[in-house]
Amino acid sequence: MNSHLAHDGKAARMAKGRLQQISFVSPTGSVGGGISSAALDEAMSHSPHFIACDAGTTDAGPFSLGMGMPAFPREAVKRDLALMLLAGRKAKIPVIVGSAGTAGGDVHVDWVLEIAREIVAEHGLKLHTAVIYAEQDKSYLKTLLHENRILPLDPAPPLTDSIIDGSSRIVGMMGVEPIQAAIRDKADFVLAGRCSDPALFAAIPIMQGFPPALAWHAGKVSECGTLVCETLGKGVIFTTVSYDEITIRPYGGNLRCTPQSVAAHSLYESADPYLHRECSGTLDLTNTRFEAIDDVTVSIRGTEFTPELYTVKLEGAELVGYQSIIVGGIRDPYIIRQLDNWLASVKSYIQDSVTRVLGDKADKASYSLVFHKYGINAVMGSFETDAANLPHEVGIVLEATAPTQDMARKLAELSRQPLLHYPIEEWVGSITAFACLHNPAVIDRGPVFRFNLHHAAVPASATEMFRTHLIDLDGLRTS
Amino acid sequence: MILAEIATLIRSKNAGPFTLTFDIMFSDLASYCRVLESNALSRELFAKLYGCPVEKVLFFECANALAFKFSIPRPLTQGELGDGDMHGGQQFVPLMTIEIP
Repeated sequence: MNSHLAHDGKAARMAKGRLQQISFVSPTGSVGGGISSAALDEAMSHSPHFIACDAGTTDAGPFSLGMGMPAFPREAVKRDLALMLLAGRKAKIPVIVGSAGTAGGDVHVDWVLEIAREIVAEHGLKLHTAVIYAEQDKSYLKTLLHENRILPLDPAPPLTDSIIDGSSRIVGMMGVEPIQAAIRDKADFVLAGRCSDPALFAAIPIMQGFPPALAWHAGKVSECGTLVCETLGKGVIFTTVSYDEITIRPYGGNLRCTPQSVAAHSLYESADPYLHRECSGTLDLTNTRFEAIDDVTVSIRGTEFTPELYTVKLEGAELVGYQSIIVGGIRDPYIIRQLDNWLASVKSYIQDSVTRVLGDKADKASYSLVFHKYGINAVMGSFETDAANLPHEVGIVLEATAPTQDMARKLAELSRQPLLHYPIEEWVGSITAFACLHNPAVIDRGPVFRFNLHHAAVPASATEMFRTHLIDLDGLRTS
Repeated sequence: MILAEIATLIRSKNAGPFTLTFDIMFSDLASYCRVLESNALSRELFAKLYGCPVEKVLFFECANALAFKFSIPRPLTQGELGDGDMHGGQQFVPLMTIEIP
């Protein structure tokens, strides 16, 4: 690290003695989310030691992991990545990207690597690149499982060999160690698969000897970009770690970090606002103090880190089936007042039709019909407290899910007529009960996945679950 | 007065695919303290509002952030068939009308 950064201009003073502080830029909450170029330029003028950004999340749902597809448009990822790589090369500092392509599987990493190759070619860059793959070998995981080295988190679905085998894709969430190894290998660009977001920012400060507690907390508060600010806006986050303090501030229009906004960020998307488990231990914010340094900058002190058994969180997705849907609405008050019973009758009628038409191919256990009742409880489901308060109109989405798209489509097609015409006692004669939104009424949704793991693996080392390839991307050579 | 009239933000969100978390946030210490000292917020109340076992409810008072937090297991894993709120963002509404004396 020292020799590498020493070769690279600005950080030469690192090699001369112990660094007093280390700074980094978090340019956006997610590669593809949009980087403010002006704010990045302003932050870069303050001589950061590296740039880091995550490119993934489970928040969008299990599809990206299961299907091997990113959730952001390619153009958006390319734009942000180009801004980061160009800024990194200009300042001769490393750029670290993790959880590539939303889910951080191998196919996602390769998708971002291909984008990086294009950027390098278009701008004539040379990038010594470390590509770190995070997808997990199934036989390796089964060995860990048999050795009781896969621990359930709470709440965890059951885990067996067949669940591992049936997964479309399983990734491990890496910590700082594979990134540190890449930096020691003099990578200008670290492109990592699934990775703890804070680890992207903590890796280099920990290598440089800064306190792990501050390094991890600096990563934690910086990883969502300007979400740590009082209001949302276009800007970048500039964070500095010393031996007893973190300072964090935004660059960009009218943004500010306040003690409350930085403290509140620890709540976001975390079950526990004080304790955050990482691979190597737990970040503890119980005694953290947040103080304003000026109108836009906050100082953080007192955070602690407790080393624990080294674990790597696993994320897996499996195919549930293929889905077709019908969207429509009901306005008839006679139906709305007995909607659950009516839908149960409609469902039973559909199931009979399916048996009659598709026969043995379609036993009830092989498919699913779910009605979402918008206006009643579609959004909150079992948590709804107001479902008895009936609306004048109800939106219905029928989801038909089956082992093949062909069968899912047939289920949905067989559902249309009963939804339209299933009778009620209040009316004599043929009714049309359901207002279809579309023609054809059926929309094919393709494959549907579920998250099937909430577990942590106990590897023999911090790096054994991850594979690093060193590649020289050279835009000056014809590729 | 109800909680929504005192808080500046009441929100819900996934904390990973298996957990839902709820934040109740204030802009000033007096409002935070008023709710804190009312003892209106509790694991028991949350369990009653959401029909879940009280032992599964986590509750945190976060004075630094002028915020309270609840976390519970998701009734359906994110994206499971039947789940109607992929990001968990619209599950906070029953908290809005908690009466603060």
